[in-house]
Amino acid sequence: MLSRTADNLYWLSRYVERAEFVARILDAAHRLASLPTSYGGGETNEWASALASAGDPEAFKTHYDGVNSHTVCDFLAFSPNNPSSIRTCIETARENARAVRTALTTEMWDAINGAWLELRSYEGRDLTRDEFSRFLDWVKGISLTFDGSAYRTMLRNDAYWFTRLGTALERADNTARILDVKYQILLPASEKVGGSLDYFQWTTILREVSAFTAYHWVYRESIKPLLVADLLILNRQMPRSFASCYGMLVEHLDLIADAYGRRGPSQRLASNMLAKLEGDNIDRIFTSGLHEFVTGFISDSNRVGAAIAEQYLV
Amino acid sequence: MAVVAFDEMTGLDGPAVSAAEVREAYGQLRAWLDATPSEHFNTRRSQAELLFRRIGITFAVYGDNESTERLIPFDIIPRVLTKPEWSFLERGLKQRVTAINAFLKDVYGPQECIKAGIIPADLVYRNAHYRMEMRGFRVPHDLYVHIAGIDIVRTGESDFFVLEDNARIPSGVSYMLENREVMLRLFPDLFSRHRVAPVENYPDALLATLRSLAPTTATRDPTVVLLTPGRYNSAFYEHSFLADKLGVELVEASDLFTKDDVVYMRTTEGPRRVDVIYRRLDDDFLDPLVFRPDSVLGVPGIMNAYERGTVTLANAVGTGVADDKAVYSYMPEIVKFFTGEEPILHNVPTWRCREKDAFAYVMDNLKDLVVKEVNGSGGYGMLVGPHATKREIDEFGRRLRHAPDGFIAQPTLSLSTCPTFVASGVAPRHVDLRPFVLCGADEIRIVPGGLTRVALKEGSLVVNSSQGGGTKDTWVLDA
Repeated sequence: MLSRTADNLYWLSRYVERAEFVARILDAAHRLASLPTSYGGGETNEWASALASAGDPEAFKTHYDGVNSHTVCDFLAFSPNNPSSIRTCIETARENARAVRTALTTEMWDAINGAWLELRSYEGRDLTRDEFSRFLDWVKGISLTFDGSAYRTMLRNDAYWFTRLGTALERADNTARILDVKYQILLPASEKVGGSLDYFQWTTILREVSAFTAYHWVYRESIKPLLVADLLILNRQMPRSFASCYGMLVEHLDLIADAYGRRGPSQRLASNMLAKLEGDNIDRIFTSGLHEFVTGFISDSNRVGAAIAEQYLV
Repeated sequence: MAVVAFDEMTGLDGPAVSAAEVREAYGQLRAWLDATPSEHFNTRRSQAELLFRRIGITFAVYGDNESTERLIPFDIIPRVLTKPEWSFLERGLKQRVTAINAFLKDVYGPQECIKAGIIPADLVYRNAHYRMEMRGFRVPHDLYVHIAGIDIVRTGESDFFVLEDNARIPSGVSYMLENREVMLRLFPDLFSRHRVAPVENYPDALLATLRSLAPTTATRDPTVVLLTPGRYNSAFYEHSFLADKLGVELVEASDLFTKDDVVYMRTTEGPRRVDVIYRRLDDDFLDPLVFRPDSVLGVPGIMNAYERGTVTLANAVGTGVADDKAVYSYMPEIVKFFTGEEPILHNVPTWRCREKDAFAYVMDNLKDLVVKEVNGSGGYGMLVGPHATKREIDEFGRRLRHAPDGFIAQPTLSLSTCPTFVASGVAPRHVDLRPFVLCGADEIRIVPGGLTRVALKEGSLVVNSSQGGGTKDTWVLDA
């Protein structure tokens, strides 16, 4: 297949995934910000960290004066100046879809084109809190419809595998961004401060990766920072963990390599990373430094992305 | 002034005096039109539009401004040609395209036709579409025009004329294919009452043609691609539609590169050699190293590869010289010179304003003539005398006096009419026909019929979609 086609499919799914991620960040921030201050709620902090997880604070500063729910929501949801705003993600996804219209099934096209059309009804007006909530639910629905239609309707060939690569890599990156911004509240030092304040911070992290309920099913324990980190990094049951995302990445890179009869740097790098994650444990990661581990993962993951691009997409 | 025209259903020059009058080919259709209440047509028409959005324009983009423009109005009443009529046209088209190819080979080669005085040298050499780069180099299989769209008009029972030879990158074939698909779904009973020659094999014929054109050095399984200027081009829908039907990659310039005078495309499995490029990109933009240096739509080095004979471009570079209204007027002589036969299809009589006597005649008769710019297309830059105001005629006369070389004039032809479903019911509207001629190294293929364009406005003779024209399904009856 044409490299450009593969590139469009890959970015199409990355942007769909990213739109959902931003929606979840905003949803969780709203929830935390509405709690009384004594429970860790209150305005500024949560919005600043939502901004740091899902956007570029430097770009934000050039367009807005202060960090609050209104400015951050506008920037992350609707700003055309933010390359990762929900609006830009949907528009970019659709642009990519349009360029490879013949490589998509009708259902996938309808999912992304329908979203793009409906987006207009949300733009350019002041949404009430209720409306904004419904908007975020709608965004989460887009990725479900899109992923579902890809899963149910696409031929299982390289076109499908490249969309899976995009989803897997974007997911890994998103989970890592949350940990990069919030690693401190998982560290033992803050545990001593203790109490309900931290509890709500931890559950917010879980909500951001839609794993609040899953946590209890997996660990059957009360919320502990070490286990929150384990769930997000090493647990293969959790679809947004580093390990799961890399499992998915390796699986589809291997399918591509088998079909093309050739392995390359992207296969090697990705399977090395998966092996490393599988051989690690969460105590060791905390001992050697959670933040270092997360930043190391982000830069390794960027290298994998670059290798995929180099090998297939240009 | 009302134009009295030949009606293809009644066979009359003017409105029917008796409902019984009908040409044989339209017998069944007439009965169907008479028996069907007009609400039924209305329902079918909205269904047709829906189908176009679903099956046809599934590639397009609902609610997108560009695509709503692309939805050309479709008329649900088919236009019918008989088998003998079609056989006649087919023979004429083959002869004409054969002559055009011989003419192009000649003007880029020995130039016999200029030496023999068939056509003035300056019309060829000073033509904006004549490519010096193509002089003295042999294109694969000596063929230049592989896909031609020849516009034909009818004025009487057996009077067909060629109006234009589209020898560069003719478009519209996707409408021919889609119109038939929609008709088959809407009116299956009509198809069981007629023996209509199919058109669905066009993509197959096109692919066979393109494959036959591969350079002789190519492998036995040549790689064919369709080169598009990109998704912002107004015909992008047709490009992606055709690529999909042909089963070939739809490439943009950035997908191609050249190395050692060979063209490759970038694929996920590495570079893959390309043998035949069906390009839907004008000569000017093909290669920034040779033509327009500011073109970002082209592939640097592609002309070198072409001249080395490692790749076939369809159509060849420089075919525009045969697609020019001034050269057109010499086509009867060209056909005769290169085929040694009398032309089967006639030209519309044409006055070349570059000639003194003709110019004088045209200036005196502007109100009765159609005057066209030699390099114009799409129905722009032309004067339809009988429909123009005095002021428009005067203004055009001044332009004409200023640069007579740039214009030709033709009598106002009363294009034939066909029954068409319009707001007031079923009424005659003027039509033309664009058959698509495929010229391969092995044979010439023509799918029966073509694209019928219809001027939807009452009395209008301009069928171009940019000026309120629509399209119809075209039936060639096999028995």
